[in-house]
Amino acid sequence: MESIVKKRIQQVRKGDQDAFGEIVELFKDRVYHVCFRMLGNRHEAEDIAQEAFIRAYTNIHTFDIDRKFSTWLFRIATNLCIDRIRKKKPDYYLDAEVSGTDGLTMYSQVETDDPLPEEEVESMELQESIQKEISRLPDKYRSVIVLKYIEELSLKEISEILELPIGTVKTRIHRGREALRKQLRSI
Amino acid sequence: MNTCPENIVLMMHDYLDEEISQEHEKELKTHLQSCEACKTHFHELKKTVALVQSTSHIQAPDNFTQNVMAKLPKEKKKAGMNRWFNRHPLLAAAAVFFILMSGSLMTNWNGGDELSFTQSDQVVVEGNTVVVPEGETVQGDLIVRNGDLRIEGTVEGNVTVVNGQQFMAGAGGVTGEIEEVDQAFEWLWYSIKSAAKELGSFTSNDDE
Repeated sequence: MESIVKKRIQQVRKGDQDAFGEIVELFKDRVYHVCFRMLGNRHEAEDIAQEAFIRAYTNIHTFDIDRKFSTWLFRIATNLCIDRIRKKKPDYYLDAEVSGTDGLTMYSQVETDDPLPEEEVESMELQESIQKEISRLPDKYRSVIVLKYIEELSLKEISEILELPIGTVKTRIHRGREALRKQLRSI
Repeated sequence: MNTCPENIVLMMHDYLDEEISQEHEKELKTHLQSCEACKTHFHELKKTVALVQSTSHIQAPDNFTQNVMAKLPKEKKKAGMNRWFNRHPLLAAAAVFFILMSGSLMTNWNGGDELSFTQSDQVVVEGNTVVVPEGETVQGDLIVRNGDLRIEGTVEGNVTVVNGQQFMAGAGGVTGEIEEVDQAFEWLWYSIKSAAKELGSFTSNDDE
């Protein structure tokens, strides 16, 4: 896998765009998933994930070929996500009451296609509340938690992606876990 | 929980990071058995991790790659050419050869529809026909394009008629070969043949 990626990167550096398409195919799901967990919104996740690949393409010459490409790519993606989170205006949540309606939430305005089996609804609701709690974490804890538990990366890799000492990464994971524990206690 | 030593919580996190020493692990286990508050805390932490990990893996939307590719800055033309050449080396060589050959030959072929012929004082033009009059002798080869040729005299050399016909009068004579070329393809073939002949004559000159 790594050797294929390296070969493709060298082709991209020679100006071959098709080779970059293969790189996008290989990493799109992981990058998109990290962005989604960081941002909690599919539309924004797609936007930022695309932006991450475009930045990777335009800066491919600055990538050190002897390092792991995914680390570099995740660094671009997480930095973009953090920028976006910081710039974002306070968002409205789906379960916030819609003004002018009595007790109506945005959930009731989102149409459902088919009635889902009970279990599925339950698991979907659970997933949504977990995602909501992740989204409530301050961004410095959110990024480490997402990289550790969604991407299942090692502490060393996370420290390389975020360009932080391992000790700091560890502390942030601990604090993030504690914060989530309090938020998720009721579930 | 206030009564518990603070390092117990640190040990829980070390345990979750899989970085706990055996000694600490033993200490943690003993403590958890005796302390209900810490047990709950530890259980909640493990549940948190399990919940976060239970979130399903989602995939990038359809057309994600195409959308990215569409937004990339345009690649240099050179790269596209290089890629094509790398994929079809033989085809590329053939294409280059064909373009160059047909380029030079077709300009000759399409040089015009007008009558043209090897300049010679001995020939006479009658409308669209080049005539070698009786009693005249043309020294060297004679080429006529886009017209007919009537030979009443003598040509001491080869005769070539492109896109036309040649007529020979009873008294006329040609010492070399007579050739009529009608089609573009034949013109091509003729050009290649004469080029080869020229090459041959050069090498034979070298031998002398």
